[in-house]
Amino acid sequence: MNHIHKNMNTPKPSMSLTKPEAFDLSGKQKLSTAIGILGLIILALAAFNVNFPYKPIVLTAALVMITAGVVLFTNDLYLGKHPGIKNDGVMFKSISSRGLWAWITGIALTSFYIILYFKAAWLGMGTDGANNTGLVALFDPLSRLLNGGQASQWFVYGTLYTVAILVFGYKFLLKYRHNRYERLRTFSVMFFQLAFAFLIPEFMARLNSDTFSLPYYDLKNIWPLNYYNFEQYRVDSFISAGDIGLALLIFGILSIFVITPILTFKYGKRWYCSWVCGCGGLAETSGDAFRHLSDKRQFAWNIERWVVHSVVVFVTLMTTAVIYSYLGNDSSKYWLTKSTFLISVATLLTVVFALVMIFKRDQLAKDAKYGAIGYFIIIMVLIGMHYLNGSNLFLFKAESLRQFYGFLIGAIFSGVIGTGFYPIFGNRVWCRFGCPMAAILGFQQRLFSKFRITTNGGQCISCGNCSTYCEMGIDVRAYAQKGENIVRSSCVGCGICSAVCPRGVLKLENDSMKGRINSNEILLGNDVDLMDLLNQK
Amino acid sequence: MEHLVIIGNGISGVTLARHVRKLSDKKITIISAETDYFFSRTALMYIYMGHMTYEHTKPYEDWFWKKNRIELKKGYVKTIETKSKTLHFSNGETLEYDKLVIATGSKPNKFGWPGQDLKRVQGLYSKQDVDQLEKDAPNKTVCKRAVIVGGGLIGIELAEMLNSRNIPVTFLVRESSFWNGVLPEGESEMLNRHIRSHHIDLRLSTNLKEIKADENGHAKSVIIEETGEEIECDLVGLTAGVSPNIDFLKSTDIATSKGVIVNKYLETNIEDIYAIGDCAEQQEPVGNRRPIEAVWYTGRMMGEVLAQTICGNKMAYNPGHWFNSAKFMDIEYQTYGWVFGKKGRPEYEKHFHWKHSDDTKCITVAFHKDTNIFLGINTFGVRMKHEVFNRWLTEQRDIDYVITHLKQANFDPEFYTHYEKDIISEYKNQFAISYSK
Repeated sequence: MNHIHKNMNTPKPSMSLTKPEAFDLSGKQKLSTAIGILGLIILALAAFNVNFPYKPIVLTAALVMITAGVVLFTNDLYLGKHPGIKNDGVMFKSISSRGLWAWITGIALTSFYIILYFKAAWLGMGTDGANNTGLVALFDPLSRLLNGGQASQWFVYGTLYTVAILVFGYKFLLKYRHNRYERLRTFSVMFFQLAFAFLIPEFMARLNSDTFSLPYYDLKNIWPLNYYNFEQYRVDSFISAGDIGLALLIFGILSIFVITPILTFKYGKRWYCSWVCGCGGLAETSGDAFRHLSDKRQFAWNIERWVVHSVVVFVTLMTTAVIYSYLGNDSSKYWLTKSTFLISVATLLTVVFALVMIFKRDQLAKDAKYGAIGYFIIIMVLIGMHYLNGSNLFLFKAESLRQFYGFLIGAIFSGVIGTGFYPIFGNRVWCRFGCPMAAILGFQQRLFSKFRITTNGGQCISCGNCSTYCEMGIDVRAYAQKGENIVRSSCVGCGICSAVCPRGVLKLENDSMKGRINSNEILLGNDVDLMDLLNQK
Repeated sequence: MEHLVIIGNGISGVTLARHVRKLSDKKITIISAETDYFFSRTALMYIYMGHMTYEHTKPYEDWFWKKNRIELKKGYVKTIETKSKTLHFSNGETLEYDKLVIATGSKPNKFGWPGQDLKRVQGLYSKQDVDQLEKDAPNKTVCKRAVIVGGGLIGIELAEMLNSRNIPVTFLVRESSFWNGVLPEGESEMLNRHIRSHHIDLRLSTNLKEIKADENGHAKSVIIEETGEEIECDLVGLTAGVSPNIDFLKSTDIATSKGVIVNKYLETNIEDIYAIGDCAEQQEPVGNRRPIEAVWYTGRMMGEVLAQTICGNKMAYNPGHWFNSAKFMDIEYQTYGWVFGKKGRPEYEKHFHWKHSDDTKCITVAFHKDTNIFLGINTFGVRMKHEVFNRWLTEQRDIDYVITHLKQANFDPEFYTHYEKDIISEYKNQFAISYSK
């Protein structure tokens, strides 16, 4: 073989065109990655039924290693540099540019979700009262510490989920340490995950006894994201738990019908989606490295509107059918009967629909037609439900409908695709295409909220950083370069567009409703007469 | 149908085409030798830094052009026959026009340095420049040191780019302080410190004498004019400003000087031929503006105006108050109205300067020394509202008003620390003026 090179300076042809070696990991970063992966390997071994002695120590060691890996990696990556935007090499690194590592991670995550949802026994979940083994058993000590009982696969998942938000939250905090909006927002999602999603429900479970039992309830998890909140077993359980249970049930109803509309009016849907929500919390922390992978094409936007609103229709019908199925017919036994309930749902939807059509018709433009279609589908089904007067919704039983929703939307969409494919489709696929809660908040944000992203006169240079790093796939630049405020239903208010803008063009704001939606032909800075001529409408 | 042909698919030409399409049904063709589609030139640096791919820099999806019936033609115009209204391409093709707009932008300046045309010596302006940089400076093993010549906006971008790949940079700046031909002292000195804090070897008051070649015709070192020092390097970036990219017009009867000479209607000396953007040279510049404005925003504004003229509503290029922006490594910069550095500052212009103790934020407010009328503001590290300063300039507010109402102009993200109180007390300190709030 001939090993003589013409020019010793020539870089190895391997991958250098697509991945300059300049963005390789440093030695410390490689070491930190190894420590973190070792922690994961311990968990994987447990999943493959390696029976560790001293479970509390092994579990602690695994979680500490995962945490240490991320923290050390982050410190090496950011601490030596000035505060500021840290996107160097994002488009070249394998993990963040759909390279080999992205696919490996995506497949690993996806497999984990499939096993979690459908084959929990493989993780060691003991069925029919049997003791846990494997990975789930490894978490038993922590579970006993928190809620007094054995772990389940959901406890394992909840713990790992929380650890992920906390450690990658640390990474995000350091990455955006110059930006107070980002820091506060991240502290918020870390707090809500740790306290509301993880600790409080576990402590609540501790209160349960033979005579008193509350369902597992993450208080910030609002219907319809929490699509099962009003199912019979939960409602029964709430009611039988006395005042506390009733208070929780009422809180659940107020959350969606009172608290959510008020907060969304004042702050936009960001109060939930990027400050409180657990799905958002994971997307903003662990998913941050993948935010640029969202599809920005107008085509994707069209798909998004159809899919996400169909999910809203689906979840509304499913929930109505489920509640309908367990209500009675006799108003002397309980005031809320099947028909009262259907009439209330129909009335509520009609009022919302009528108000929107009367006051906001022009803002909806051609989407009004689709809104009307959705509305009529729901009403027709409600009428159908009434006349069929059984538990059948057309051909489906309410229960099978719920199971189907739980499988397709709850498991496949939000879990397997939504999170498993972070490294391929970006970190907000679920929030953008699937989440009915986000769609309802978005609908209000678009029509009835003080929130907008303001653009700054004529300063946009169309560079595209804003659009690139928009995790919701909004083409922010398309608005900014027209001097138009961004008022989009999908915007979760993460604030990254504003952060990455090199020219100070974008600002998230809550301000008056007047003049919120604008659009300019000619941008500020040009001939005053010309601007007047073309911008007056 | 009238055929409008635009040479150049940058912000000027594309803005013009879009507005002409809104106003008329003319046939529109945009010609470019650089890329198939419009991209944001200001974003080129982010491709090399890995913040974006080339695809991300395109403000419109590829279907946009067909949908709006704007034809895109890739080709290099060699010359123009104005009598027969015909363009001749380098490959021998021809194209006839009814109206022609020259929007060919700029090219990097070269001042006759020995070695300026060697391999691994390049400017930073075009897509091809970034592609070349990717080849010649992929990492610090291949490119052990780069030397940048010329301390302006492009020079510091190139420095930031190379820095992102840990390639050591020596930055030669002719001026005694970075960009002080434009910026007042306090700002310029803050930037010197900021640049050096990024481990960039900033050499002020330093000129390039020559670039030396190795046996392959590649740049291997530069010689400093003042000291004769030789600095070894694998790449030389020439970023000493730009000039109009109009060499292909030399043999035509279109009048040129540094740029294509245009009147205030952006018309050249030949009927039905116009020039806009970086390559246009105004016969009568507006206000304090330069005859050639190589700025994104002015290119866009000329496109907006010329669309009116071409569609029958003849309008002069008469832009409003000056504004501009840039980013120096981690420090954002915006300017509204006029704030001059030492060079060219009118004798009536007086400054108020405030700088934060962390040395990354400062503002300079210019005002008239006799009337106290607000003339302009430079702001570093604090975002401010274009609309507010534009209004205050039109209303001819005085400096007291501007300083005391500065909060209204703040555009920083929510929860950011505000500095207005600091600024007001510094203002009182410097000018010992008492005023009511």
